Amino acid sequence: MSQELLNTIVEKVNKTVGKEVLFFKPAEDEEQTEEKEEVEETAKLNFGKPMIILDSGDWNLTLAKMLRDDSDLGFDFLSCVTGVDYDEHMEVIYNLYNSEKIYYLYVKVKTPREKASVVSVESVWKSADYMEREIYDLLGIDFPGHWNLKRILLQDEWEGHPLRKDYVTDKKALGLD
Amino acid sequence: MELKGFRDTEQYDPRVLEDVKRSVFFTKVEQLKAWSRTTSLWPLSFGLACCAIEMMGTGAARYDFDRFGVIFRASPRHSDVMIVAGTVTSKMAPVLRTLYDQMPEPRYVISMGSCATCGGPYKEAYSVVNGVDKVVPVDVYVPGCPPTPPALLDGVELLREKIRREAKGEKVGQE
Repeated sequence: MSQELLNTIVEKVNKTVGKEVLFFKPAEDEEQTEEKEEVEETAKLNFGKPMIILDSGDWNLTLAKMLRDDSDLGFDFLSCVTGVDYDEHMEVIYNLYNSEKIYYLYVKVKTPREKASVVSVESVWKSADYMEREIYDLLGIDFPGHWNLKRILLQDEWEGHPLRKDYVTDKKALGLD
Repeated sequence: MELKGFRDTEQYDPRVLEDVKRSVFFTKVEQLKAWSRTTSLWPLSFGLACCAIEMMGTGAARYDFDRFGVIFRASPRHSDVMIVAGTVTSKMAPVLRTLYDQMPEPRYVISMGSCATCGGPYKEAYSVVNGVDKVVPVDVYVPGCPPTPPALLDGVELLREKIRREAKGEKVGQE
């Protein structure tokens, strides 16, 4: 069932974006594909649940609204938003949930480390409000379209974003040690 | 000891004198104040992390803080002692200082657990104050992560001992 759902999602997302942003691993013999790992598949099952990987350029409000309002998908609840700092790029992961049909979907949005920016979905799912603020606070990813993007956990006058890999903690300078 | 003015006790009826000796004692006002303070230490419940759970456990039925006259208050204006139970972050530190300033004199601070004492497991973390003694003066440190209820009881007992000895004019914990 998850695979069918994933197929539907891939089809609808590609249709909405207007180009083939999501694709599966080419179903050829496995030995060849293991050798050339240049092309990473962007739609797969993650522990039995659909996961799609997008670039931040393709992620927009139209797509988010489609995921929420489409009669087949209808992801009406955003249960968690996570930010990750990989050294090469940054990622924001949206965990979506359909409360009627019990569907799950993980949307990973990749963004470059310099000028990290992902379109805010706060206007589509209200629960993104605080979680996106937290990611902005700790990882410094910008969310254009957010109504109140300011620090939530740290003080307003804090400098830098502590969960980034290149952040240097100097407690003496902060007056904490 | 020669005490002026107390000679006339000899004029009492011997049976009454027996009673007087049994029920009258002499002390200094300072020590009397210390006695009343030690028997009703009201802490400001300042639970910040998991240590607060142990603090609640100490206040609950099994260990029963109340029998030592330790009754948790929700207002700094009613409190004598602040039990800092948990991790003090840099954002919380000014709030903690404000609450400490609102407590009436004499006031005491018990630092409960590794986090409040020195930062504990969060020593290298970006937002944790390494020890609440950077914000307020601390009287008693209770070690442990988190300290068990008996340890906290012992910490309060140490504070009592300190108050008693300070009332006698000794200097406690000051180099």
